[in-house]
Amino acid sequence: MSSLKITIGAVNTRPGSSREYKTGGWRTMRPQVDVEKCIQCLQCLAYCPDGAISKSENAVQIDLDYCKGCGICAKECPVKAIVMLKEEK
Amino acid sequence: MSRQGEERELFAPGHRMCAGCAEGIAVRNILKEAGPHTIAAIATGCLEVVSTAYPQTAWEIPVIHAAFENAASVAAGVEVALRELGRKEGVNVMAFAGDGGTFDIGFQALSGMLERGHDVTYVCLDNEAYMNTGIQRCSSTPWGASTTTSPPGSCSKGESQPKKPLAAICAAHDIPYAATATVAYIKDLRCKVRKALDTEGPAFLHVFTPCPTGWRHGSDDSVELSRLAVETGVFVLWEAVDGDICNLKVTYKPKKRKPVAEYLKKQRRFGHLTDEDIQRIQQEVDEKWEKLED
Repeated sequence: MSSLKITIGAVNTRPGSSREYKTGGWRTMRPQVDVEKCIQCLQCLAYCPDGAISKSENAVQIDLDYCKGCGICAKECPVKAIVMLKEEK
Repeated sequence: MSRQGEERELFAPGHRMCAGCAEGIAVRNILKEAGPHTIAAIATGCLEVVSTAYPQTAWEIPVIHAAFENAASVAAGVEVALRELGRKEGVNVMAFAGDGGTFDIGFQALSGMLERGHDVTYVCLDNEAYMNTGIQRCSSTPWGASTTTSPPGSCSKGESQPKKPLAAICAAHDIPYAATATVAYIKDLRCKVRKALDTEGPAFLHVFTPCPTGWRHGSDDSVELSRLAVETGVFVLWEAVDGDICNLKVTYKPKKRKPVAEYLKKQRRFGHLTDEDIQRIQQEVDEKWEKLED
């Protein structure tokens, strides 16, 4: 970071650049979506603090680059289509 | 909810909020409702620290951070500048601050902004203590909560003061719109954001956001606790139009209020409370609702 040039007023002109920082490494539990059970109500998408969930063709998909494994999606899913599994290396 | 999948994300992933932070849910949904033609001023606090780690930013809209106490003044300045330049049309000016930056440190600037009548929507994200500096008590901390500066022990029950009724204080400035909301009720939250933005003049939104780190609960319990706070009657969802605080409109009334113990016992910050203490909180909640239902 020593080569980092600071702009005048520390103005940042790169909106959404936090995407460069992958928070998936924080995770200890990993969500898994059961595509058969998912009814695409998209409640998990609304409740995800990290915006890591998006709509896929017939279910939802979770971006493991950013998912911190909080487990809110699994808890709030009305049809229990998401389960949390222990993250293993 | 059906629109959720198609809407553009204006608060990008990669931000450094703790896992399960309800502020993330609040900010994402508020910005989706506000849309890209929005300028925000933010106060120092959790939200600022986690979203603007230089040289990165999680925001997809223009954002200004100046200091802890002046999010409302900065937003007011932006609003006046846009107005004078004739560029206010179709642009939302918002301010985001935590409870520390609103209830305590930013209160003077907020009161001034409301009194001068700027067309700004001010959002307070309330996690009931100074969380990013290490869980110090605030005037938003409820009675009995353990924080690092209100530790329970032989001479203390934890926080000794009741929570400041800030949304009502803001409404009492005779502003056109003030409301409370929380993350479990997203439709209600978005509906209030829309009303606040569509209102000419200042609007205040008090958004209740559970904090796994400071409240000592599981990271997956944030939405559940937000819901329980409403279902037990601890946090009331209401709105007040034109400062009419005598006629608060309760926007969601639990059919039968659950006992407050269900809400308290999920959080370790209340773990030291005895049955008697819980009874005291229950009684306060009951009295609050009696007044509301009068």
